[in-house]
Formats: sequence, structure tokens, C-alpha cells
Amino acid sequence: MSSSDIHIQDHHAHSHDHDHDHEHHELPWIRQYIFSEDHKIIAKQYLISGILWAILGGLFSLIFRIQLGFPNADLSWMKPVLGEWIQNGKLDPEFYLAMVTMHGTIMVFFVLTAGLSGTFSNFLIPLQIGARDMASGFLNMLSFWFFFLSSVVMFTSIFISTGPASGGWVIYPPLSALPQAMSGSGLGMTLWLSSMALFIVSSLLGSLNYITTIINLRTKGMTFDRLPLTIWAFFITAIIGVLSFPVLFSAALLLVFDRSFGTSFFLSEIYIGGEALSNQGGSAILFQHLFWFLGHPEVYIVLLPALGITSEIVATNSRKPIFGYKAMIGSILAIAFLSFIVWAHHMFITGMNPFLGSIFMFLTLIIAVPSAVKAFNYIATLWKGNIVFTPAMLFSIGLVSFFISGGLTGIILGNSAIDIQLHDTYFVVAHFHIVMGSASFFGMLAGVYHWFPKMFGRMMDERLGYIHFWLTFIGVYVVFFPMHYIGIAGFPRRYYSWTGFDAFNSFADLNQLISIAAILVFISQFIFIFNFFYSIFKGRVSSMNPWRSTTLEWTTPVNPGHGNWPGDIPHVYRWPYDYSKPGHNEDFIPQNVPFSQTPHSNFPHEKDSQE
Amino acid sequence: MTTIYIIAAIVLIVAILVVIFRLQVLSAVLKGRYEKRVGIGNDINALLFVIVFVVGVGAFYYSYQAASEFFLPESASVHGVKTDQLFWVTMSILVAAFLVTNALLYVFPFLYKYKEERKAYFYPDNHKLEMIWTIIPAVVMAGLVVFGYKEWTEITSPAPKDAEVIEIMGKQFAWQVRYPGKDNVLGNYNYRNIDAVNEFGIDMNDSASYDDFIPRELHIPKGKDVLLNIRARDVIHSVFLPHFRVKMDAVPGMPTHFWFRPTKSTADMREETGNPKFNYELACTEVCGRGHYAMRFVVVVDEPADYEKWKASQETFASLNRDYAAEKAPKLVGLLPAKKVEVTATADSTAAAPVDTTAVPASH
Repeated sequence: MSSSDIHIQDHHAHSHDHDHDHEHHELPWIRQYIFSEDHKIIAKQYLISGILWAILGGLFSLIFRIQLGFPNADLSWMKPVLGEWIQNGKLDPEFYLAMVTMHGTIMVFFVLTAGLSGTFSNFLIPLQIGARDMASGFLNMLSFWFFFLSSVVMFTSIFISTGPASGGWVIYPPLSALPQAMSGSGLGMTLWLSSMALFIVSSLLGSLNYITTIINLRTKGMTFDRLPLTIWAFFITAIIGVLSFPVLFSAALLLVFDRSFGTSFFLSEIYIGGEALSNQGGSAILFQHLFWFLGHPEVYIVLLPALGITSEIVATNSRKPIFGYKAMIGSILAIAFLSFIVWAHHMFITGMNPFLGSIFMFLTLIIAVPSAVKAFNYIATLWKGNIVFTPAMLFSIGLVSFFISGGLTGIILGNSAIDIQLHDTYFVVAHFHIVMGSASFFGMLAGVYHWFPKMFGRMMDERLGYIHFWLTFIGVYVVFFPMHYIGIAGFPRRYYSWTGFDAFNSFADLNQLISIAAILVFISQFIFIFNFFYSIFKGRVSSMNPWRSTTLEWTTPVNPGHGNWPGDIPHVYRWPYDYSKPGHNEDFIPQNVPFSQTPHSNFPHEKDSQE
Repeated sequence: MTTIYIIAAIVLIVAILVVIFRLQVLSAVLKGRYEKRVGIGNDINALLFVIVFVVGVGAFYYSYQAASEFFLPESASVHGVKTDQLFWVTMSILVAAFLVTNALLYVFPFLYKYKEERKAYFYPDNHKLEMIWTIIPAVVMAGLVVFGYKEWTEITSPAPKDAEVIEIMGKQFAWQVRYPGKDNVLGNYNYRNIDAVNEFGIDMNDSASYDDFIPRELHIPKGKDVLLNIRARDVIHSVFLPHFRVKMDAVPGMPTHFWFRPTKSTADMREETGNPKFNYELACTEVCGRGHYAMRFVVVVDEPADYEKWKASQETFASLNRDYAAEKAPKLVGLLPAKKVEVTATADSTAAAPVDTTAVPASH
């Protein structure tokens, strides 16, 4: 139905669209900016919520980093904010775990899933495929407001007296199922589960919309082999989300049953708080299977959009076509497929059948191949380029560096025999913070710097961008690189303090260094936040296509209204990476330029198809 | 008052920074920087990539030298030596890949920074090249999988029949261990039997329970296979023996296992590390609540003879809790005096320490 709408708009040319625009100007303020159905506004809503969550998630990490770096410090100065969670100048160990849990939950779901996919899928899909909006603007709006509701519930849980959920972001039962086990497993966990249920609804509404839009609303000529890699990445990400989030929902639902209705899906033979519970026959491992069936694809849900964004930015700013466009698509597909059949590598030593462990080790190491292809393709794109270092480009190169460094250590962890020693140590923390956390975060920042002119019609200050990049880039390595050392030495994760063990008594200085670096990285993010909000209002006014890019979003006006193009939607005649094509006088040819207008640069097979 | 000063100082600093920022924007506008496609910033960034790479590799080298003394603590099990080897072989391949790819990643930006007169090389693909860098990682991965698979199947194969069986149970927030005693059979347990006395939920109606003992340290014999029967009674814990490269979750309702062969006694390690206070330790690596970080349990590796002596010196659970056993299993209580006498006799004859002081390592 939606695609036929577009056809009508195509045929009716200008007059219709003026009506269309006019109609939207009359929308009340609240429908235009709050309950908006315009994908661009929804994207900005996601982005700003994501930024706010990122500040909070970062702040939480500082609280536990201070504890780890300075275990003997007097923390009474935090008492005005943390209140009862500070006793005699010491952080409460359960609150420490609560901070670890909330940091993980917020960063994985609220920042890197909603903040990244929500922002850029929403913003770029219609603009880059040549559509006036998402297939269903209403569902899109609903998706954001479910996310908002989920945010409110999660935010509330931070303030309750028993504390927020604190069993780790993976919420393994029985710890998360039994309020007797820790205070965060009471109301805090109930709120966590409610919030995640809402979040999953939001994510599904969003993903279904992205998929439908990409399949149905591409403009004339925008075949799948002419889609920018961003769109390919968002498309596949959405499919992964649709297939995996419901499994997390089922896990959460069963956990709710176990917690509140006396079922025994995950509970069996438990004696706690002086009594033997009646639950029998459940399996705690079942939850882990269900959780990681989402949990592992989730890694790619946050990473693939970042890689898509990077592909686009690296090509644009190297002034070269992305190397191996088809291989890039192929590797996205391969990664997406494999992401569903590697989940149990998180569970090698859970007591799962060791034969399964062997299978999952084999499948896990296969995923290194398409990942390696992607990394090599990025490097080959830089080779003999004509590189312009915009802040977005810097963050993209940073992403590739993290993707390689963090990806490599995955080969160690994916090997079940070696994983015995390293599982749940800081080596794992280092690995996923680099490859999934920092890489995706850099993808998000790169995307903001790159598409800011399209979002707000103004430019961000590039020098502040440079300073922000170098501080963050070096800082991230200083924070996470030494964690490998600590992990190889055997330090377990989620420890409030290591001093009780002879085996983990070294590295106090290194932990201090990490904490100081983490604080500095956090502070340097405010350079970005200042730059972002300042530039929205006072930045230099952008030109239509400031990065001289080929994709369709840069053919819209500087400040596109609802409907994106005031006139007809442009048609597409070529792939999105005609940069520095030999024979052409400019170093880029936009997708909407027909071959008939570029006779000197056409390859023999490049002809406009009959219309 | 100090708070106000601090806030005022922060506000002032931020204000100064904003002014500096405004000035640099204005000066850039006046100098016409924004009219050019790239400014001096392009060269600086290009150069910084190379500098950061060189300094970074230097820092990597230096920090590695400084930190490596703590890496993978001396391995004290048979399989640990092999997995360590696998780790270092894999790691050296990875470091090589890391250095090569990152070198290219940082040098290319420097070499190919924007020049007005140059045009980038239109190079959309090269199938041969792509085949090469698909196949090489695939072959390397295949090799690593084969070695990993071999190790993994060996480690996880069924334990040898004559292995020493020891039960480890995790609870919030401590470990407890149970030995089968003379009959080499662990008595049955049921979580419903658990109470303040009977932490394991031992079934006192099972005659195999009567010689089980529950010491305060985990003793294992050097050079013999040890099978750990692992379980938890409240939430998931995880048995981590860092020096033995042993890790296995302890799951309520689902017993797990891990077997290994320790190769160095506590005394050997004390000599080797030059630390007379060295002790093997058992830690928890699955978050289990407030005391997760404090689940330390001392592990002692004895020479086999010392180990047997130590075992013989332990008093059984049943004899330590005679009344409890009598109450729970009146029918089987006949077993008790016999055991009791036997155990006391052994303890006397070897003049071993009474149960309470077994915390002193018995390896001397």
C-alpha cells in the first residue's frame, strides 16, 4: 500500500507535494516535534536519548572504575549523590554490581542498539533509498515512544531503595530470579524485565518498519545492488533483530513466571535463605541458551550499523569506491547468518555438553573469515586514496582499528581450550569493549559528525572534532589494552576487589592507570557534547553536499521538510561509490546522475536502462 | 563552601574554553579556512596517525615487558601446559596480524592524505586479492580449530576410573568440599536435607555417607588424576583454579565435572616462585552476589604419601555430628561407632593434627 502512495506522489509532481508540505506545516507543535511521525525527527529523538543514556552509562562506569582503581580511597564525597550506598566511606558491594549491571544494560541496549540503530536506520533509510518516509510513520513513532517508556522504567529503577538489577547485564537466574540472593533481584529486577519487554516491543516495531521500507519504498533504479552499504547493514541488522529479540522476550517472560508465579523453568534444587525451595526440574542453562541466542546476534546488531556507516564514510573521504562492494555485502550476510549459530561460545564452561563446545568453537572461528575480509577491504579502500580527514573519517579509521584489535582477541576466546582459563576474566572485558563497545561507539560518533549537516543544516566544528577524536582514540586504547594483561594474569570480572587473593594481588598500578584514563575519556566526551548542542544552534550553515558525497540524502535541501524532497523523488542510475571515476572532471558522481550525462567516464557495460 | 569554589572554578574554566573556541572559529573564518577543501588540519591528522602508531607500538612493547611477569601464572597441571602453549602460539599469530594490519591502517592515511592535484585511484575490486585474503585467514583458523579441538576433547574426556573424586559445592559466599572417605564413594545428597549442620544435604540414610569428610581446605595429590564433582546450592558459581587452568560453573540442580592432574605440590611452587607463603587458591568467576569477590578457598597439593596421611587424619562428618546422624538415620546409626573408633584410632596412631587445625598445610 505504501509503495502505491509513492507512485501517486511521483505522478502528481509538484502541486501535490506543495499541498503535502503545506499540510504538515499546519501540524500542531506537539505533533511536529514530540509525537512526530517524521523519520528525521524520530531519529533525532533517538539520538538525543542515546546521548543522555551514554552520559549516564559512562558515569556509572566511573563509579566502579574509581572503586577498582582506588580500592582504599575514602568515597564519602559521593555520599550526597549515592546516599546509603556509601557506608563508612566505602561503596556497597551490591551497589558496585548494580553499577556494573546498569552500565552494561544501558550501553548495550539503550545507547548502542537504540541510540545507534534507532538514530541512523531512521534517519538514513528513507533518505538514502529515496523514500518520503518510513513505510509506517505511526509505527515508527510508536517505536520511539515504547523506547521512551522503557527508558523511564529503567531510569526509575536506579532510584529505588533496594537498588536496580545487579546480577550482571546477562541476568542469569537463579541469581536474578531470587530476591533472597541479592537485593537488586527484587523490585529492581522486576523493573529491568518490564523495561526490557517494552524495549523489545520498540525494537521489533522499528525493525519491521526498516525491513518493509527497504524492500518496498526504494526509488526507481535503486536496485539492491545499488544500495549504499549503510542500508545493507541496517537491513540485515533489522532482520537479525526481528529473529533474535523475540527469543530474549521469551527468556524474560519465562523468568517473570519463575519470579512471580512459582514456575520452575530455570530453577531447580535450590536452598537459599535458610529454606529449600520447592522448584525442581528447571534448567539454569536453558536461560543462558535463550539469552545468548539474542545476546550474540546482539553483538552484530550494534556492530553492523557501525560498520555500514564506516563503509560509507571511508569511501566518501578516501574519494574512492569502497573496495569489494559485493564482498562487503557478502560478508555482512555471512556474519549475520553465522551470528545465529555461535551463541554457545559464551557457555563453553557452563557444564554444557563438551561436544557442543567443539561445534561452537568451529563455527565461531569461521566468523573470523568474513570479518577479516571486511577489515582488509577497509584498508584497501584507503590505499591510493585522496584522504580528507573529517572528524567522521577519523572516527571511522579508529573503528577499523578497534575492529581489528578486538576481533583478533576473539580468536583466542573462541577457542574453547584456551577459553577455560580466560573465560570471565578481564581478557573478555578487554575483548568486547574494544570490538563491540568502542568500535560501535566510534561508528555512532562518526555517523553523527558525518550526517550532522543533514540533520540540523549546520556544521559541527571540526577542530573540536579532531581533539575529541585523538583524546578518545588514545584514551580507549589506554583503558582497554592493559585489561588484556590483567585478564591474562587471571583477574576475574565483576570483582569488587581483588586484594583478598594472592593470585590477583598484582597490577594495582595498572588498574589505577585504567581508571584515570577512563575518567579522562569520559570528560573528553563533553567536548563532543558541547560541539553537538552548540552547533545545532550556532554552527556554520552547511551547504547542500558538504562532503561531496554520492548518495541520495545529499540531493535534498539543506533542511529537508517532511517528505524529504520538495519535488519528485530523484531516480537512481548508478551504484553509490562512483568516486574519482577516471574520465570525469569531478571526483564524485552522485547516484542520481544518468550515464547519459557522463559519457567520458562510463565503462562499456554502463548504460542507462530503457525507461 | 569548598563545593561552591569548585563549582565556580569549573564554570570559569568552561567559560574560558568557550571564549577560546569562539576566537578560533572567528579567526578561521577570517583566514578563509572554510573556503578551502582541506586545511592544515589534514596534514596534522595524517602525521598524527603515524606518530600514534609508532608511540603506541613502543608503549605496547614497554608495557608488555613490565607486565609479562604476571601473565598466565605458572601452570601446575598437565593440560594447563598444553593450553598455555596453544595460547602463546595463537597470540603470536595474532600479534603479527595486529601489527601488520594496524601498520597499514595508520600508514595509508599518512601516505594518501588529500592533495589538490591528485585523483584517487579508482579501484573497486580485485577478485584475486580478495580470494587471497579470504583463504589465508580461513586456513589459519582451520589450523587453530584443529589444535583447539584436540586439546578440548582431551580435557573434557571422561575422567580416568581411578581418579580421586572430590565434591565441591558453591554457596553464597563460600566453597565447601567433601571427600568420599575410605569407601571412595560419596554418599547421596538431597538439597532438601540441607540445614545449618548438614550444609551439603548429605543423605544420612545412605551408608556411603558415613565415612565422608568435609575439610576446610581442598587437598589434592600431586601426579594423580583428580575429578571434581561440582555443584551449587543457591545460585550459579564457578570454580576457578587459576594455576591449574581449571574453570567450570557450579550450577544448582545440574552437577558438573572437571578432571585434571596437578603436577606441582604447594611446596614445589613455593620453591619455584621463591615465595614461602605461596598458596594455590580457588576463586569464583560467575557473579553470585554481594560476596562474589570474597569466595577464596585454599588449595593444597600434597605429595601422594602426604595426601594419604592427610586423608586418614580427617574426622568424618558423621562422627563429628553423632547426634545429628543418629537423629536423621536411627536405623543406620549402628555404622557410626565402628567408624568413630576407627577414625580416632588412626588419628591417634599418626599423631596428626586434630580436625580443627588442618588449615596448616600438611605438605611438610
